Amino acid sequence: MMLTFVKRVWRGLLVLFLVTAAAVGLLGLAPGSVAEVILGENGSPDAVAELNSRLGLDQPVWQQYLDWLWSALQGDLGTSPLTGQDVTQAILDRLPVTLQLAAMGLILALVAAVVLAVIAAAAPGSWIDRGLSAVSSGFLAIPAFIAGPVLIYFLALKLGWLPVSGWSRIGDGLGKNLQYALLPAVAIAFVEIATFQRLLRTDLVSSLREDYVAAARAKGMSRSYVLFRHVLRPSSFSLITMAGISLGRLIGGTVVVEIIFGLPGLGQLVSSSITLRDVVTVQGVVVFIALIYVVINMLVDFSYGFLDPRVRKAARA
Amino acid sequence: MTMTTSVEEDPAVNALVEQPIVPPLRKRRSVVVRVCCAWLGTIIVLAICANFLPIADYAVPVGPSRMGPQWGSLDLLLGTDSFGRSILSRCVYGARVSLVVGGVAGIAGLLIGTALGMVAGFFGRRSEWIISLLADAMLAFPPLILLLALASILTPSVTTILIGLTLVTIPTFIRLARATTISWASREFVRAAKNLGAGNARILLKEILPNIVPSLGAFFPIVIAALIVAEGSLSFLGLGIPPPQPSWGGMISDGKASIATAPHLVFVPAVVIFLTVFSLNQIGDQLRLRFDRTMQD
Repeated sequence: MMLTFVKRVWRGLLVLFLVTAAAVGLLGLAPGSVAEVILGENGSPDAVAELNSRLGLDQPVWQQYLDWLWSALQGDLGTSPLTGQDVTQAILDRLPVTLQLAAMGLILALVAAVVLAVIAAAAPGSWIDRGLSAVSSGFLAIPAFIAGPVLIYFLALKLGWLPVSGWSRIGDGLGKNLQYALLPAVAIAFVEIATFQRLLRTDLVSSLREDYVAAARAKGMSRSYVLFRHVLRPSSFSLITMAGISLGRLIGGTVVVEIIFGLPGLGQLVSSSITLRDVVTVQGVVVFIALIYVVINMLVDFSYGFLDPRVRKAARA
Repeated sequence: MTMTTSVEEDPAVNALVEQPIVPPLRKRRSVVVRVCCAWLGTIIVLAICANFLPIADYAVPVGPSRMGPQWGSLDLLLGTDSFGRSILSRCVYGARVSLVVGGVAGIAGLLIGTALGMVAGFFGRRSEWIISLLADAMLAFPPLILLLALASILTPSVTTILIGLTLVTIPTFIRLARATTISWASREFVRAAKNLGAGNARILLKEILPNIVPSLGAFFPIVIAALIVAEGSLSFLGLGIPPPQPSWGGMISDGKASIATAPHLVFVPAVVIFLTVFSLNQIGDQLRLRFDRTMQD
C-alpha cells in the first residue's frame, strides 16, 4: 500500500513537471517574440529588448523554467505585462465562481444520474430502461454551447423564471446567487448526467446479477431494499472515479458557459487574456487548472483504495 | 429398448432438443440507428456536393436579415442570418468544416495514438512507462483549456485547429490501443508466431494490428463526435475557423445576440449539431457492442 502510494505520488509529480514545462514552453512557441506582440508593431528595438529581459525571455529556456518554478512554488505566477495585474491574485479572485459552477454542475448531474440509473436498472431491458437510455444518449449530444443559448431562450426569455446573464456573489445573498448560477450549472450538467447514468446503470445491472443479491432476495428482502442497500453502494465506486475526472473536466469546461452567461470566472479570464494575447496570464491559469486536475485524479485514485476493501487487499498482495 | 424408442419418438422431447442453445447472433438494428445512419449519410453527401447544389453562396446575402424560415425558396427554407445570408447554405458549407476537421484530426490522432499505444503495450517496461506518462501529461490539460492555450499563441486557422484537436485525441487512442494490445499479445497465436521466428514488426503489424482495428474503429465515431463538439466550442468562443467560412459553432455564436427576436439563428445550427453528434454516438455504441471485446460481458 505504502509503495503504491509513493509510486503514484512520484508519477503525479512527473506529470506536473511535464505539464508546467509545456506551459512555460508555450511562451517560446509563440510566433515572434512575446514582447513584440505586447508592444505591437510600433515598439522600438530597445523597448522590445527591455521588455524581453523584464520577462526573462533573454535567458535560456531551462533557466526560464527554473525561475518560473521557483516563484510558482512561492505562489507567485508572475505579473501580467499588459494589465500589470498579479496573476495569482487574478486567479484567486475568480476561482470561487468557477468552483461553484463546477460543483453545482457535478451535484446536479450526480443526483439526476443516480435517480435515472436506479429507475432504469430496476427493470433492465424494459421500455422504461430503453427510453431512459435514449434520453441519456440525447443528453450526451448537448454540449454547453448549445444548452446555454437554448436554456436562456426558454427559461429566461420566454418564461422569465431566471435571469438571462450576470452574477451575484454568495456574500450578497444565497438565493440571488443561486438564481444566477442555476442555468449555467444546468447547461454544463447535461453531458455529465448522460456519462454518469450510463456508467451507473451498467454497474447496477451487473451487480444485481451477483450471488449475494439472490441470497438477500431469498431471505425475503424487498427488491427496492436490496437495490438501495446492497447494490447501490458497491456500484457507486466507479461513479466516484468518474465524478473526479468530471470535476476536472467541468472546471476546464466552464469557459463556455462563463462566456454565454457573462460570469466573472476563470474561463472568462482565460478567454479575455487570449484576446489580449496576454501569454503570462494564460500560462498561469492553464498551469493552475492542470494542477487541480492532476491533484483531483490522484485523490480519486487514493479514495478508491480507502472506499473499496477489495482494492486495498489487491494492492497489499 | 421400448423405453428409448418411445422417448425418441416423443415430440415434446424432440422439440426440447432442437431448441437453439445459442441466442441468435444478429439482432435487428433498431430504427434509431437506421435513422442516424441516414442523417449522417445525408450530411456527408451534402458536404461533398455543396458546390454542385442549387443553393446560394455562403457569403452572399439572399434576402433581408434575420428572416424566419420560409416555404417556397430553397435558400430561405431555414431563414437568413444577421447579414441576410442563407442559413441552409451556411449549414451545408459548415458541415464541410466540421466533418473535415473532425475526420482529419480523428484519423491523425488514431494513427499516432495507435502506433504509440501498440509500442507501449507490446514492448512494456521502459517504453510503456514513458508513453503512458506522456499520455497522462496530455490528459492533465482539460481538452478545451489545451485548445485555448494553443489558440493564444498560434493564430486561428484550419492548420492550428487540426494540430490542437489531434493533440487532444492522441492520449485516448494511446490508452485504448495499449490496453487492447496487452490483451492480444499474450494469446497463443502471437506466441506461436514468436516461436516461429517472426520479428517484432511482423508480429505487431500482421498478428496484433488486425485484431485491435475493430475495437479502435468502433471507438472512432465517438471520437469524431467529441471533436465536432470541441471544434464547435472553439468556434463559439471565436477561436475557430476564421470568418466568412461558416462553421456550426460559429453560427450559434453569431446568432446568440439576437436569440430573443430571431431564435432560428441559434436553433437551426444547434439542431444540426445535436443530430450529428447524437448519430455518431449511436453508431459508435452499436459498433462497440459488436466489436469491442471489453464491452462484452
